[in-house]
Amino acid sequence: MARAKAVSREGLRQRVEELSGESVFACYQCGMCSAGCPYAEEMDRLPSQVIRDLQLDDPTLLDSNAMWVCASCLACEVRCPKGVDLAKLMEALRQIHLRATLDRVSLDRLSKDEIRELPQIALVASLRKKTG
Amino acid sequence: MSGLAYFPGCSLKDDAKRYEDAALFVMERLGAPLEELPKWTCCGTVYSLADDDLMHHVASVRNLVRTQETGADELVTLCAMCFNTLSRVAERVGADEEERTKINAFMDREPDYEGGIRVRHLLQVLRDTVGWESLSAATVRPLDGVNVAAYYGCTLVRPKEIGIDDSERPIVMADVVEAVGATPVAFPFEAECCGTYQIVDEPHLALEQSSRILRSALRAGADVVATACPLCQHNLERAAETLGADAEGIHVVYFTELLAAALGADEARLTPVVRALVAQAATAEGGA
Repeated sequence: MARAKAVSREGLRQRVEELSGESVFACYQCGMCSAGCPYAEEMDRLPSQVIRDLQLDDPTLLDSNAMWVCASCLACEVRCPKGVDLAKLMEALRQIHLRATLDRVSLDRLSKDEIRELPQIALVASLRKKTG
Repeated sequence: MSGLAYFPGCSLKDDAKRYEDAALFVMERLGAPLEELPKWTCCGTVYSLADDDLMHHVASVRNLVRTQETGADELVTLCAMCFNTLSRVAERVGADEEERTKINAFMDREPDYEGGIRVRHLLQVLRDTVGWESLSAATVRPLDGVNVAAYYGCTLVRPKEIGIDDSERPIVMADVVEAVGATPVAFPFEAECCGTYQIVDEPHLALEQSSRILRSALRAGADVVATACPLCQHNLERAAETLGADAEGIHVVYFTELLAAALGADEARLTPVVRALVAQAATAEGGA
């Protein structure tokens, strides 16, 4: 999906911490989140690498697919020994995109029959997570 | 209200209607009827994880206001996603007066939400209010010999603050089916994510996850998978179709459907899948 305009890449860590209410430096890189994430193999950066990149304030993190693959299942959140809520960091990264640019998901690609077959909670949740 | 204030949510009126029908029958039988919340609206579906995003909590708060108006201090849910969203909002807004004031200010035409409503899932009501003994005593058609994989997914058990049971090894749904004579089978993917809303635009993510869950349940010897979530039910059934012969005969039902069968619901009201399990139980009983 086309991007409407470039997302500001300045001060990424600060904005993510502000939106999430989490401190990324609480993480000591044990890797528990990556080990238990059911979607890690689909991500171009592992969950623990997402936090590492935030610690380093690496703006290229915004180009990663990890935040869109994350389904907020909270397997990482309940297991983190430092109490970091990675799902909130992922939400903050999504929000930075969604508040600045086009929506990530559109139902236009689905036929009426496909939409009818999906439970409403799938459609509403998808739009809540991937549109601004 | 004479019964327990009950929040259905959208899916319970459509693709998951049988989940609701069975629950209403069961709770009537158990003497703790569910009474639908008047003028309920969408719960919001997912809990907003961004700290500043108070606006998206308004949908849940409206339903807490509706509950407050009935005089009830508890709201019972069936859909696991509604449970998660409503209970997280109730916890957050209930504990933070400043946020409550802000949200109340958003809602021009609503009475203020005063806090104090507790959101419970029906599984908690069965465990903590009804109890296993009453459930067993009400069983007229025990599900003997039926192996059930109780599948919880994410939203019933995470985060821990609102989870209805242990986040890694929940047992409440296994206890429920055991109380009506079925045999719960342990399988390690009981609280893994089904793929949730990714089924909409990244279906391979959801189907891969759901397939792993189903294969795990099958290896554990399950005849049927029981769930509390319309989206888990949808994704797992879709995965069963893709697995083809490997998943032949396995289906995903709502836990209330199993209870309704055990508590004597008219066979004509059961789905063919549940009717087959009842027949299987009758054979097991006859052979015992």
